[in-house]
Amino acid sequence: MNKQTLKHLALAIMAGIMLASCANVKEYQKSRINDAEMILGNRKVEKNELNFQSYREGASGANGGKTGGGCGCN
Amino acid sequence: MKKICLTLVGIYMMMLHAYSQFQDKDTSFYTAKPLKIDEINLVSSYYSQDGNHSPVTGGIGTEKVMDLSNGLDVTWIGWDDMQRKHTLTADLGFDHHTSASAAFVNKSGASKTGGTRIYPSLNWNVENAQKGTGFGLGLYYSREYNYTSFGLDAQYSKKTKNNGEFTGKITGYFDRVKLIYPSEFVREATVTSASGGDENRYKIPSSPRTTLTASLSFSQVINKRLQGIILLDAVEQTGYLGLPFHRVYFNDGTPNIENLPSQRFKLPVGLRLNYFLGDKIIIRSYYRYYIDSWGLKSNTASLEVPVKITPFLSISPFYRYYDQTAVKYFAGYEMHTAKDQYYTSNYDLSKFHSDFFGANIRIAPPKGVFGMQHLSMLELRYGHYAKNIGMNANVISLNLKFK
Repeated sequence: MNKQTLKHLALAIMAGIMLASCANVKEYQKSRINDAEMILGNRKVEKNELNFQSYREGASGANGGKTGGGCGCN
Repeated sequence: MKKICLTLVGIYMMMLHAYSQFQDKDTSFYTAKPLKIDEINLVSSYYSQDGNHSPVTGGIGTEKVMDLSNGLDVTWIGWDDMQRKHTLTADLGFDHHTSASAAFVNKSGASKTGGTRIYPSLNWNVENAQKGTGFGLGLYYSREYNYTSFGLDAQYSKKTKNNGEFTGKITGYFDRVKLIYPSEFVREATVTSASGGDENRYKIPSSPRTTLTASLSFSQVINKRLQGIILLDAVEQTGYLGLPFHRVYFNDGTPNIENLPSQRFKLPVGLRLNYFLGDKIIIRSYYRYYIDSWGLKSNTASLEVPVKITPFLSISPFYRYYDQTAVKYFAGYEMHTAKDQYYTSNYDLSKFHSDFFGANIRIAPPKGVFGMQHLSMLELRYGHYAKNIGMNANVISLNLKFK
């Protein structure tokens, strides 16, 4: 594992700690969080974009979509 | 495969039974609500691309592709007598594509250039709001002339007390790649369907490709305006991982068939953060780092900024940056040597970076789009994609949601 990989892993761990140490938000305070544009996934309309990217690029996964398999993609 | 399916269904039934042992007395007055259609989505896309590095012709030649895809998904929602929410989604996708380079599977350029792909799927999720847990199963099938896939997944999620949620998922795809070789590697008697023969008369053998994925994610509401998710996938692929009609020309001019290792391990890690700025602007950001056992490393970063023109109309410009290093086995046209154990001239596995930008329009008025009560949402999205190695593409998509 090289220096750059370690840097990325450290960033991911830091982000995890940041996500875990946060304020308690009550249900009635979630009007913005629950907005349709705030979803933490992909939009349905993006489905074909993710599909062509999995064919045209070597990397895939960690986006809630395909990780390889299911198609003749990379 | 049937055994695996039956085992999974059995495990699911056992879990349902196990949950039923913990019924609280004070929930017994709740009555079950049978599954009822909650929404229907229609998603259509048109995609076109052009470039000059087709792997069918060894890394040179046209990459012109057109793809028209249509998908229909129906979601049913219901509650059982223990107040668990059941969500069932059935999806049916249908693509038709033409690929100019596919004509050159047969060296004469006489192979058919069009193909269709059909891919149904079924997902079932059970959510227990009282316990903050969820369990889901999915089944996937995909078929096109040279590729068949069967997949299944199982996932479990658990909410934390502080607006967080852990999700674990296991996915398996059990695919078969039809061994359609370039014509110069096929004896006359075994004409392939791609070169215009009759598939039923000449049985073309196929080779397996298996993809197993373990996914972990953790999402968290950070404050009233910010939430994020960390995603991690560990992917193991085995079997025939190239495509049999991809040519590679060695430096002495001899043609060969792409040869790649039969094992690949992928490790992508992603982070998504969404922030609601003021009352009208949302910032959707995403970053992914990817590494695999073929030597490919990649960075992906994207930013999308939905601007609410009205509470029911938003316009979202977006930009995505992507870069990757080449796999160890890549070299261009007539660059490989006979000493190479593995070789490919597929430029999708070469070193490049790409830019993807466009805009998304979302309309969701309370009385329905264009006054049609059941058409609750319309989304239209256009994007332009360009690689720095001379390939570019355009994609336009439409999503209609009916409630």
